[in-house]
Amino acid sequence: MSTVDEAVTETLVAPRPGDPEITPELVADHGLSVEEYERILDLMGRQLTFTELGVFSAMWSEHCGYKNSKRLLRLLPTEAPWVIQGPGENAGVIDVGEGYALAFKIESHNHPSAVEPYQGAATGVGGILRDIFTMGARPVAVLDSLRFGDLDSGRVRYLFGGVVAGVGDYGNCIGVPNIGGEVVFDRGYEGNPIVNAMCLGLMKTEELITASAAGVGNPLMTVGARTGRDGIHGATFASEELSEDADESSRPQVQVGDPFTEKLLLEASLELIASGAITGIQDMGAAGITSSASEMAGRAGNGVEIDMALVPVREQGMTPYEILLSESQERMLVVAEKGREHEVVSILEKWELEAKVIGQVTDDGRFRVLEGGVTVADILALPLTDGCPTYEREGVEGEDIKLLRETDLSEHMLPRGNLTGLFRKLLGSPNIASKRWVYHQYDTTVRTATAVRPGGDAGVIRIRGTSKAVAATTDCNGRFVYLQPRTGAMIAVAEAARNLVCVGAQPTAITNNLNFGNPLKAHIYYQFREAVLGMKEACEAFETPVTGGNVSFYNETDGVAIYPTPVIGMVGVIDDASKIVGQAFQTEGDDIVLLGENTDELGGSEYLYVTARLVAGAPPSLDLGKERALQQAVLMMTHGRHLRSARDCSDGGLACTLAECALGDGEAPIGISVELDDDLPPVAVLFAESQGRIVISCAADQTVHVLRIAKEHGVPAAKIGSVTTGGSPFRIVMPEGKMEADLVEMADAYFGALPRIMDAPSTAGA
Amino acid sequence: MSQFRLEVRVKPRPGILDPQGKAIHHALNSLGWEGVDDVHVGKAIYLDLVADDADAAMEAAEAMCRKLLANPVTETFEVSLVEEPVGAES
Amino acid sequence: MRVAVVTFPGSNCDYDLYKAAQQVGAEATFVWHRERGLDGYDAVLLPGGFSYGDYLRAGAIARMSPVMEDVIEFARTGAPVIGICNGFQILCEAGLLPGVLVRNASLLFAGKDVRLRVERADTLFTGDYEPGQILRVPIAHGEGNYEADEATLKHLEDEGHVVFRYVDAEGEATDAANPNGSWHNIAGIINDNGNVLGMMPHPERAMEELLGSTDGIGVFTSLAASLSAVGS
Repeated sequence: MSTVDEAVTETLVAPRPGDPEITPELVADHGLSVEEYERILDLMGRQLTFTELGVFSAMWSEHCGYKNSKRLLRLLPTEAPWVIQGPGENAGVIDVGEGYALAFKIESHNHPSAVEPYQGAATGVGGILRDIFTMGARPVAVLDSLRFGDLDSGRVRYLFGGVVAGVGDYGNCIGVPNIGGEVVFDRGYEGNPIVNAMCLGLMKTEELITASAAGVGNPLMTVGARTGRDGIHGATFASEELSEDADESSRPQVQVGDPFTEKLLLEASLELIASGAITGIQDMGAAGITSSASEMAGRAGNGVEIDMALVPVREQGMTPYEILLSESQERMLVVAEKGREHEVVSILEKWELEAKVIGQVTDDGRFRVLEGGVTVADILALPLTDGCPTYEREGVEGEDIKLLRETDLSEHMLPRGNLTGLFRKLLGSPNIASKRWVYHQYDTTVRTATAVRPGGDAGVIRIRGTSKAVAATTDCNGRFVYLQPRTGAMIAVAEAARNLVCVGAQPTAITNNLNFGNPLKAHIYYQFREAVLGMKEACEAFETPVTGGNVSFYNETDGVAIYPTPVIGMVGVIDDASKIVGQAFQTEGDDIVLLGENTDELGGSEYLYVTARLVAGAPPSLDLGKERALQQAVLMMTHGRHLRSARDCSDGGLACTLAECALGDGEAPIGISVELDDDLPPVAVLFAESQGRIVISCAADQTVHVLRIAKEHGVPAAKIGSVTTGGSPFRIVMPEGKMEADLVEMADAYFGALPRIMDAPSTAGA
Repeated sequence: MSQFRLEVRVKPRPGILDPQGKAIHHALNSLGWEGVDDVHVGKAIYLDLVADDADAAMEAAEAMCRKLLANPVTETFEVSLVEEPVGAES
Repeated sequence: MRVAVVTFPGSNCDYDLYKAAQQVGAEATFVWHRERGLDGYDAVLLPGGFSYGDYLRAGAIARMSPVMEDVIEFARTGAPVIGICNGFQILCEAGLLPGVLVRNASLLFAGKDVRLRVERADTLFTGDYEPGQILRVPIAHGEGNYEADEATLKHLEDEGHVVFRYVDAEGEATDAANPNGSWHNIAGIINDNGNVLGMMPHPERAMEELLGSTDGIGVFTSLAASLSAVGS
């Protein structure tokens, strides 16, 4: 970079008539601290215009600037030989072999969904899809990771119903199958639903394109929908706590999703990229034109000059401030090859969309905004995009959490009622119960590539024309992270990897969505730091680098934060799709084998929540070495085609896992006869959520191979029983008791719970 | 107490993107109706209710709008009394 | 056989249909909704999706596309036309099939596998099935609730124009097996001439064991067989 004399290139910027005067109050309203504002004045060497203040406030917000997370996130592993694109672009990209690359990313839309669940969730899906197709990849699958309060509240049912409909309608309309995710209900999310959406896209490796503004003199074009006053200051909004009295007038205008336009934009963008008429493309997401234009300039080390009077708008009288910060959906910024603008326009016209030149790439490294030729903002691009101050804060564990963790749980080892009754109650708990009510509202089979649909541990998409497939899952047990952030985060990574090996996929990389409270509070920052450190350790152990993700802070209502929820979106590769293993027991006479060991770790379990409304104790311990060995062993078993089914043992413990395997998709539930010899109380054996366990089934003549492979990997393994018939009961015998349940009653509890709950009315009001 | 019929018109809030209106607008233009400046799509809801008087009926309907019939974040509503019975499907 | 897969803005099963046609040996071509002329094609397929976002009414705006004039003409010559999901909705809007598809009775989108009973195994599209055969095929729609007036329903039933019906595992057309509230559990119908088929379920998604079912192949092999029998 040359040291251009800034005094020469900087144009005179006069205040724009009609703009408010900059006062300390206005600066504070824009979410900038006094120190941050002084730093900006130093950078600028002069007073800011109102437009510039808006630009800085968006770019230096938590959402765009990662002020409180960047330093810790640098600790995460990001590299591996198969990583093509790590953090910093619209999405991460990995090599999956045979000339294919997989782009994937997860992103949150928590705050918008709390205000308007349907549109909030819909636009969340829209945003993550754009992140994928701006890399040149065609979106092939969506997953959604959702969290709500307890469903006995009408307001929570309203949020849940609205979010599911919003996720569904948007993805269904575009034609991207939903292949999985998770839905969790806990009072810890009462005021702040968590809506994270993940997308996977496939491309030929050479089709990769990045979001940078290369080639001085190249035109910048807006593409897609027009700009309205939607979500102005969404980026700063996402960086503030919600409060009860956030009435309508103080709400930023909600963004409305238009999946139809997005579908056209998707096709047009892929055609644009294939045409070679453009050199870079970026979604206008949070902070709209401001962030897309300045980041594209920053990445290329260039500058940009854009004129607000040229931007196609939906409403009259929009100021440069509004146009720059609008978060209208379904828009892209592209850098075209000079002289090929007409090609861009004609491709967009074919798809009945607009494309318009609004500026050009410059060589002066500046982000310059004009309004009909008059400069209204002129800022060095790099400090704007990368100069946001970052903080490492004091983190101290909350005393209350220490006490919770040390809670004596021994009284809970005595069952409150008979075991079968408790078991059925657990099966009908919304956290365990079948999520069919959710994923039956999603198109899971469009694009004819879904080899494993939602409902199990992970979803799988085959790659047409090859024998390969890619698998994906999202995971996080927020209760575990709440009780012990480092262990909890490690468990989230371990469980994600375990889910993938259960369908026969080699875990490859992760994207993460870190949902936390206000990081300025010491106990929240502690949670964040510990979670990042746990994630780092686990990602290193599983060789699953982090290729990108999203941080969502300030998930608090009236000072109460959500459980720290670092959602792990993990992808894996299956070399031979014909080896994919199902999740349900299939054939009478098959052996059931438990890999791993039962323990009496009841802390943070669903059992405690269902029977005592309790979130307490220490989360189960995790041994990364043992976990890794378990996973390698299961992969070896699937490669050898020894297995008929494999399922991760998690929420609800061994009993609920066996039940899920027995009930399957509800078409043909099948009985089991299991005998366990653990010297533990029945409650622990049945419902403790000890880590490092996988339940598999195999033909009886394969058990010897299964046990041998387990032994070679040093994994404890034992045949615990066998699959019986559809008319037989579900029976588990233990040294200190036995539990027997009827399949029909189990199916009713498991499949009937959510539909019954959601039949009750929901209300938008509190 | 008397019987009242009310018409509730729920419309997209001004300035909020109306994807449906946009798509219909585009279709009308391409079918040759060039003069159409803008299209917005809302819905009409017909309520038959019993109330003390017209004011009470209106008040009840407005409360229903705030609570259920309209989404205050994305929609506005208007309520009016309908004289003639409406041929809306029940 | 040469088949045209007509693509509207918002179609999203066009590629799946194209691949399904290829799988049974057809030469498939995408035809954009603004293109004119369907000469040289042996069959026309209207794919599923959300043409124009399903705004106004599903299929209502797509029905106005220039290519639809040609599709109507193509159908009048007696040549085979299949509309699946949104394609079925467009055929109804265009008047090529009677009735209408309204919102699912549950008011929720329905995406899952259903069972269909083959009611007619002697049409251009079902010759490779056995009468009464039960198929497992995915559905994915929010507006698939088939409705028509009494006279139309009677005509459809009397003339045997109901081709597929939603049934349970035992083959019974029960309410529980009806995923969207369709009258008489109707999942697919043909026109009076027997050359236009509309169906909500997606046979093109049931073409491979890896993806869960191969029961949909018959629709495409039957079509190919009918066309080769005609000798075109």
